[in-house]
Amino acid sequence: MQKYSIFNLVKNAFSGHQNWDLAWKDPTPKKEYEVVIIGGGGHGLATAYYLAKEHNITNVAIIEKGWIGGGNVGRNTTIIRSNYMHDDNGLFSEFGMDLWRKMSQDLNYNVMFSPRGIINLAHSDAQMNVYARRGNSMRLNGIDAELLNREQVKEIIPMADFSENVRFPIFGGLMQPSAGTARHDAVAWGYARQADSMGVDIIQNCEVTGFDINNGKINGVRTSRGDIKVKKIGLCVAGSTNILAEKLNMTLPIETHLLQACVSEPVKPVLDRVVTFGAGHFYISQSDKGEMVMGGDLDGYNSYAQRGNLPTLQHVLTEGIAMMPFLSKLKMLRTWGGIMDMSMDGSPIIDKTHIDGLYLNCGWCYGGFKATPASGWTFAHTIAQDRVHKLNAGYSLNRFNTGHLLDEKGLGTKTWIS
Amino acid sequence: MLYIKCPHCGMRPQTEFSYGGDATVKRPELNKEISDHEWDNFVYNRKSLRGKHLELWQHISGCRQWIKVERDTATHEIFKTFKADEDVA
Repeated sequence: MQKYSIFNLVKNAFSGHQNWDLAWKDPTPKKEYEVVIIGGGGHGLATAYYLAKEHNITNVAIIEKGWIGGGNVGRNTTIIRSNYMHDDNGLFSEFGMDLWRKMSQDLNYNVMFSPRGIINLAHSDAQMNVYARRGNSMRLNGIDAELLNREQVKEIIPMADFSENVRFPIFGGLMQPSAGTARHDAVAWGYARQADSMGVDIIQNCEVTGFDINNGKINGVRTSRGDIKVKKIGLCVAGSTNILAEKLNMTLPIETHLLQACVSEPVKPVLDRVVTFGAGHFYISQSDKGEMVMGGDLDGYNSYAQRGNLPTLQHVLTEGIAMMPFLSKLKMLRTWGGIMDMSMDGSPIIDKTHIDGLYLNCGWCYGGFKATPASGWTFAHTIAQDRVHKLNAGYSLNRFNTGHLLDEKGLGTKTWIS
Repeated sequence: MLYIKCPHCGMRPQTEFSYGGDATVKRPELNKEISDHEWDNFVYNRKSLRGKHLELWQHISGCRQWIKVERDTATHEIFKTFKADEDVA
C-alpha cells in the first residue's frame, strides 16, 4: 500500500496526482471466506480492520448493498464523546476515545479528530444535580468531566441566550473537554483502505438475499452476486437489522426510525465546542468549512425512508434558536436523514446469537458514529474468539430477558419518544 | 408533512397526532401462565417491517382518540386508517 505522507504528496504532484493507487480494490466475491461481515458502514469496516490487525484473520469479505460511505457513516453529525453514567457505556466509550486519539496515525489517514469538548447545557437546579451525578460517575471511570456554572458557560459560548427572561435559562452545564468531532467520511475511507491493504475484500453493490443454516450453524450466505461459503458472519447493518433478522427468523428488540440532521450555510468561526440543549433534543457544532452542523429528535414513527419530514426539523431548529438566537439569521444549506437501529433501552447489542457462527452488532440509536472504533474492536474480538470481550459483555442480547437493561436515560421501550 | 385521515375527524396534519407504535403487538392473556419468551416478545421484540406497517396513533390535538393507521415505512404512503376497535381486514 502506498503510504500517505508529505514526500509522496510532493512526488505525486510532479505527475499531476494522476498516479495515486486506488484506496481500495473492487474484487469479485470468492466462493469461500473465513469471516463475512454484512454491512460496509463504519462499524463493519472497523470490524474487518481489527479482525486483520488484532486477530490475524484476513480471509474476510465485507458485503455492502450500497457503496462505502453512503449509509449512516456519511449521515451523522460527527460527534465523539464518552459522557455516560453507566459503567458499561462509559468504559466502552472511553476505550473508544483512546482509539480515536490514535486513529489518524494508526490508519495513516487524517480523520481530522478535533477534541474540542462537548457541553450539555442545564436549565434548572434539578438538571444541575443530575449532571453533577453523571460527572462524578464519569470521573470514577477515568473520564474527564467538569461541571460549569452559568458564568463559566457564558465565557465559553457567549453567543447563547443568557438574557434573564427566557423560557429555558442556562443554569450551567456538564463539559467533557476530551470529546469532539472527526471527519466521518475519512473514518470510513481510512478503515476501508487499511482493511483492503491487509487482504479484506470490500464488495459493494452486493445485497444479501438469504442465509444457509444447517443444524443451527451458519454454513453460508446467499447474495445478489452469488453464494458464499462461510462459517462466521458478523451482522453490522444498523437500520437494516430487522430486514435481515426476518430472513433469519429472529425478532429483535430493535425498531428502525428516521433521524435527520442539517447544516447551515458556512459562516466565520463562531462556535468552537459541541453544545447540546438540555430542555429538548438539539445539538450543534461548527464544521471546519464553517457550516453549523445540527441535529436532534427522531421523526417519530417507524421508517426506512432515509429522508426526513419538515415538522420535526422545524421543532428541532426551534430549540436551536431558543438556545442560540443568531441561528435564525442563517440559511439552511442541506438536510438529510438516516435510518437508526433504535434499541429498547437505548444501548447497543454486540453479542453472539442462538445461531452458531452468527454474530450481532446493532442498536446504536443516536450514538453509532462515536462508537465506530470500539464497536469494531470488540466485535472483531467477539467473532475471532467466539466469546464477548469484557468491554461489550454488558451489550448482550439476552439482557432484555434477564432484566439487566442499560437504560442510560431511563426512557423505556418507546424508542421514538427519545 | 404527513396527512392522516382520522376516522372521527377527517384529514388532519401529522402535527395533531402522536405516535403509538406497532399496532399488532398483543398483550399476553391475563391470568394465564406465560413464558419469559412470550413476555419478551410483547415488551421488547418488534418486527419493524419495511413496507406495510399497522401502527397506533393518537389524535392528541383533536378528538384524543387512539386510531390505527396502515402506512408504508419505506414510502410513508398511508393506505387506510381504522378506529382503534375496528377489525383490520
